[in-house]
Amino acid sequence: MILNQDERSQRIASRISKELRDGFYVNLGIGIPTQVANFVPRGMDVILQSENGMLGIGPYPTDPEVDPDIINAGKETVTELRGTCYFSSADSFAMIRGGHIDLTVLGALQVDEKGSLANWAIPGKMLKGMGGAMDLVAGAKRVFVAMEHATRERAPKIVTRCTLPLTGVEVVHYIVTELAVIQVTPGGLLLQELAADTTVEYVQSLTEPKLTLPPGGPAPMLLQL
Amino acid sequence: MDKLIPSPDAGIEGVKDGATILMGGFGLCGIPESLIAALRRKGSRNLTIVSNNAGVDDFGIGILLQNQQVKKMVSTYVGENKLFERLVFEGALEIELNPQGTFAERLRAGGAGIPAFYTPTGYGTIVAKDKETREFDGRMFVLEHAIRGQFAFIKAWRGDRWGNLVYRKTAANFNPMMATAADFVIAEVEELVKVGELDPNNVHTPGIYVDAIFQGTNYEKRIERRRTRSA
Repeated sequence: MILNQDERSQRIASRISKELRDGFYVNLGIGIPTQVANFVPRGMDVILQSENGMLGIGPYPTDPEVDPDIINAGKETVTELRGTCYFSSADSFAMIRGGHIDLTVLGALQVDEKGSLANWAIPGKMLKGMGGAMDLVAGAKRVFVAMEHATRERAPKIVTRCTLPLTGVEVVHYIVTELAVIQVTPGGLLLQELAADTTVEYVQSLTEPKLTLPPGGPAPMLLQL
Repeated sequence: MDKLIPSPDAGIEGVKDGATILMGGFGLCGIPESLIAALRRKGSRNLTIVSNNAGVDDFGIGILLQNQQVKKMVSTYVGENKLFERLVFEGALEIELNPQGTFAERLRAGGAGIPAFYTPTGYGTIVAKDKETREFDGRMFVLEHAIRGQFAFIKAWRGDRWGNLVYRKTAANFNPMMATAADFVIAEVEELVKVGELDPNNVHTPGIYVDAIFQGTNYEKRIERRRTRSA
């Protein structure tokens, strides 16, 4: 089965949603991470935090609900929920840096075998800035990377050592791709779960460092689709 | 005591070429629209602007970039602004990028009399280059210095002649810290109310920090990414 880009993103977001627990405060990055919000199990209270000063992000507004004073960190219009609160950017990052965020999900350009992350710059090519990513990886209790396993040209994004400017050193706990769930451990990258439509050999061929396997091999990838 | 001024232009009379100005806002949300427009009219040059983002090509700080008034930006995220990217790659604009939490805390520290602080953010990355580091409880931290400006341009929702300010929803963002961290703080509000009308329990920026205030007109409040769902 060949997945298109949307299907790959949905699979990744769906798998990450399995990590959510009732009462979690969660910060989702731009892109695939944002889609995790679509998979929050019914009846579970997960409070989404936005770096620009909001706890309790609601859905996108209907046309008449659009309010230019309510945006998320991706600068998109959003709505508030019952129980939403607003605060300054200094308070927002006190929450983040102070270890109060249970889970953060970020995109990546590269992740290496020690869990170092590069996701904000390509020298001479892309000038964007790190925004809140460096603070999130320094402060959140659980750091998940959500990304496609390899580049469009099928070059590995999971590498032995990041070559792009770092966002954080040894900060990532889990990498979730459309093919696998990989845990960063002191002994290297552990291939914990494998999607039904791939093989260990194929995943390894798109991954630079050697993956280790759990006793009994990887489990089937948990999905909510 | 009366901090009311007649116009944004009156507020920025003291801005000289080469000034460092803090400007509130996240994206285009909560930016001091009237003060930015006045600064463009005044034409001051070689400015250092401290602001989370750099606006878009034709709105917000973008209109100052267009007019070549900015020498340096201190920001955290400047993506999706083609003019900005071009000016930096041509060498016409200097950029200092900060992690967003470090940026917020540097401003907070600047207003609170704290010259520098240690943060774990950015350790081992290029933002920690040439900075002092120190270990606390087995973890490494980077020493970051406070930021202060000669001026701060603040946008609030409501305010009074004493300079008490209330922000609205996510339009607060960096405005509260910046309002504490400059020598001369000018606030523009959507609605000027009588002293005593703001709920004292819910004043976000106490008037002590604010030097001048005026009510802006014709707020555009442009939306950068209008995203909606069907009803």
